[in-house]
Amino acid sequence: MDNHALIELRNVSKSFGSQVVLDKVNLTINRGEITTIIGMSGVGKSVLLKHIIGLISPDSGDILIDGRNISGLSRREKGEIKKRFSYMFQGTALFDSMTVHENISLPLREKNRLSKETIQRVVMDKMNQLDIGSMAHKYPSELSGGMKKRVALARSLVTDPEIVLFDEPTTGLDPIRRNAVHSMISEYQQKLGFTAIIVSHEIPEIFYISQKLIMLHEGGIIFQGPVEALKDTTIPVVTQFVNGLESRHDSLTGLLPQPRGEERFLQELARFNRHNYVFSIILFRIRELDQIHEKAGHMVGQELLRSFSAELRPHLRFTDICFRYNLNNIIAILPDTNLEQARQTCSKLSKLLAKTRIKEILNESSLECSINVGFAEAKRDLQFENMIREAESSLEDACFFKNMEE
Amino acid sequence: MIDTKSVILPFNNLGKYTIFIIQEMGRSGSFFFRGFYSIFTIPFQFSKIMQQIYFIGLKSVFVICLTGAFTGMVLGLQGYYTLSKFGSEGLLGAAVALSLIRELGPVLTAIMIIGRAGSAIAAEIGIMRISEQIDALDTMDIDPIRFLVSPRIAASLISFPLLTAMFNVIGIWGGYLTGSILLGLNKGVYFSRVESGISMDDLIGCGIKSIVFSLIVATICCYQGYYTHTRKEGHGAKGVGFATTSAVVISCVLVLVSDYVMTSLLL
Repeated sequence: MDNHALIELRNVSKSFGSQVVLDKVNLTINRGEITTIIGMSGVGKSVLLKHIIGLISPDSGDILIDGRNISGLSRREKGEIKKRFSYMFQGTALFDSMTVHENISLPLREKNRLSKETIQRVVMDKMNQLDIGSMAHKYPSELSGGMKKRVALARSLVTDPEIVLFDEPTTGLDPIRRNAVHSMISEYQQKLGFTAIIVSHEIPEIFYISQKLIMLHEGGIIFQGPVEALKDTTIPVVTQFVNGLESRHDSLTGLLPQPRGEERFLQELARFNRHNYVFSIILFRIRELDQIHEKAGHMVGQELLRSFSAELRPHLRFTDICFRYNLNNIIAILPDTNLEQARQTCSKLSKLLAKTRIKEILNESSLECSINVGFAEAKRDLQFENMIREAESSLEDACFFKNMEE
Repeated sequence: MIDTKSVILPFNNLGKYTIFIIQEMGRSGSFFFRGFYSIFTIPFQFSKIMQQIYFIGLKSVFVICLTGAFTGMVLGLQGYYTLSKFGSEGLLGAAVALSLIRELGPVLTAIMIIGRAGSAIAAEIGIMRISEQIDALDTMDIDPIRFLVSPRIAASLISFPLLTAMFNVIGIWGGYLTGSILLGLNKGVYFSRVESGISMDDLIGCGIKSIVFSLIVATICCYQGYYTHTRKEGHGAKGVGFATTSAVVISCVLVLVSDYVMTSLLL
């Protein structure tokens, strides 16, 4: 993937009256990456996004897109750049005198020379993927906040843009829908390869899908770097902010979130290094999740993940630690367990989980699904990531609840 | 000692206000030209113009008929009593028709449309502005002025002359109703005076006025709504309220002022 800077802000400053919102901001957005902007409310995150798309001009400083300064461009050239962008507004900004369908199809009708049938097909596809297919003829004022968000999301993705700016795409959505939106953004990003900038407060869930993180504080960039670098940072404002927002439980699965899980892993590792208490990890992954997303929508996929986690936790020992590693992976840390015992636990689990709610979900939407599991045992000086990698490399089909069995 | 500040302040404010007015004039002028020019750019926005003609034109027909009829009727009454003082009530047809076509038709039609459609245009565009819908158009690379303003200017341009003509015809029939049916003036005398009293110049003048009014009204109402967010006296819903009020007030005043200017030029 070409990884050079697509968007660059150099010394961008902006004030509204006497209030300085951005003060000499420098940042780069890499091509093909998902960049997340975090920061306290009112710190200027939306203003920053609006600068990038040209809705607000900076008082001073330069904004470069593909190395070209946008302030010196003609209206036509700016239009050409805007065509590559798409923007999802915080307040959705849906056209309230148009129906949902008209809203989503507007950018296609106005800008592209597509036939009516093509537009209809593209729009309906997007609507079905987002679970709003039945709302086509409703007006935005007849929809709930969460539905409006999804309509706005559909509208921003319908043109297959190259750069998408999301201003709080999931605020106000319930955990399943929120995770469905995240998983969708991530899936589209991988499929279409767009560059995304997301303003979000959903910590740590948003980290599961982003590659780069930027934190805005008092008009300046206080942290800028890959998401993995966050845990090594010593800037107090950043750690306080992130820890403060981080929930104790992952909102979708009810398990521990990734940073807490990693913390527990390090504790276990320390016990192992000092007292030689061996432990193993099991990595769970729904094998057909991508197909499920495609066939039945992201909502069903996320519901499945949630049900699986809900069933898994009670069947483990009290001392076992279970956490969500990233968007689609769940990890169980089994203390005082070697690899062989972990395998035995897993085969027991597969029998216990065979008759559960997950089965019902699968039958309802006539889907097939099995869980892949991978194992790894603690070794001296083995890093967290390496152990996960080892588990991933040993992924095998555990056939928990394949539909045809029984 | 005279405080220099208190001496300078009024001049300062006057200067600021003058600069503001000139700025507004310049901005609305370029706003109009962009909107007007975009009417003719490809692809033509037929369906949007049709929708606006329906809203500005067709939906105003009832109000225009009603006001036209009553204006004509009251002109018939007043005219008959005034003219009968000089024994020249036979001229009633010409008096009603000329005052309608030269003056009242275009002006009252414009003012009725300002009240009915102009305020709605300002409010609609104003709400689109404060709810970021105009910004959303911009991010989709859809020119908001072309999308929102041009169809309204085009529709006004078509609707105003037609509605004015309708106002005039119904007004003349209103005058006939009071002057002839109610007060007993001969029908033939009334209509022959209508016919002989009007010249082609009167009709052309009427047309020119209604076209100018249409451009003024559409531009001012769209402009006030479009720049709702820059108003200093109120934000959000209040801003939309102010925008609507000033759209109505400014367009009414400009219609009357330009009416005077045009009349003095056309006479």
